[in-house]
Amino acid sequence: MVVSDIISILKGEVICEGDLSQEIKTACGSDMMSDVLAFVKDQSVLLTGLVNPQVVRTAEMMDMACIVFVRGKEPDQSIIDLAESRGITLMKTDFRMFTACGLLYSNGLSGGCKV
Amino acid sequence: MSGGFHLKYEVPGDDFTRAGEASGAVKKRLKALGFDQNAIRRVSIAMYEAEINMVIHANGGYCDVDIYPDRVDIVLVDSGPGIPDVEKAMQAGFSTAPDNVRNLGFGAGMGLPNIKKYTDEMRIETELGVGTKLYLSVHVNNDKD
Repeated sequence: MVVSDIISILKGEVICEGDLSQEIKTACGSDMMSDVLAFVKDQSVLLTGLVNPQVVRTAEMMDMACIVFVRGKEPDQSIIDLAESRGITLMKTDFRMFTACGLLYSNGLSGGCKV
Repeated sequence: MSGGFHLKYEVPGDDFTRAGEASGAVKKRLKALGFDQNAIRRVSIAMYEAEINMVIHANGGYCDVDIYPDRVDIVLVDSGPGIPDVEKAMQAGFSTAPDNVRNLGFGAGMGLPNIKKYTDEMRIETELGVGTKLYLSVHVNNDKD
């Protein structure tokens, strides 16, 4: 799966375009950034309902390619600028967190963490 | 150890949105130096969590970063209130962060446990009313995750 597949699966609207052909291996859905930072391995997409610049910084530290804002949340310009300078794709979807994660999961994307 | 590369950053205490600037800059530098991706990520995450802690709890401070071929040493220094019970602060889920910080996606009590998880050496020197020094070291050729 690549970033542009995520856009179509989630009927997403791109807010800031990074590399849409970048491969996506796993995803993580959370509003707690420390929980996201607790698992280091190759999570390429972050789904979140949290809208502040620390979401982009968290994605930056984790080498994530794409952030999906769920429930139609809109980032402000400072967030967009930060993502743009880091080459991270931002998109929003009207789906809620559970549904958005479920759609990606049922299309073959995993969480990447073994239990 | 000789042959190191020294960087110093101020961490402003009054602006939460800027927390992470120093970690981002270090990450960029390590990438340019061709460090292993896993090591870069471990340094970035540990330093980012520490930076966030400084802004949340201690009104900012500064960090010294020394980059060597085989490891990265980071010292974060603040003049905050100090940590009353370090052992408790190290427990996953224990947090004294105020609600406004939780609304920003932090304060889950995972900061210090995450830092410990990603570093090879971690030491805290803290004194109530004086401040806290956090010493971190990430060894490059180590598959720790």
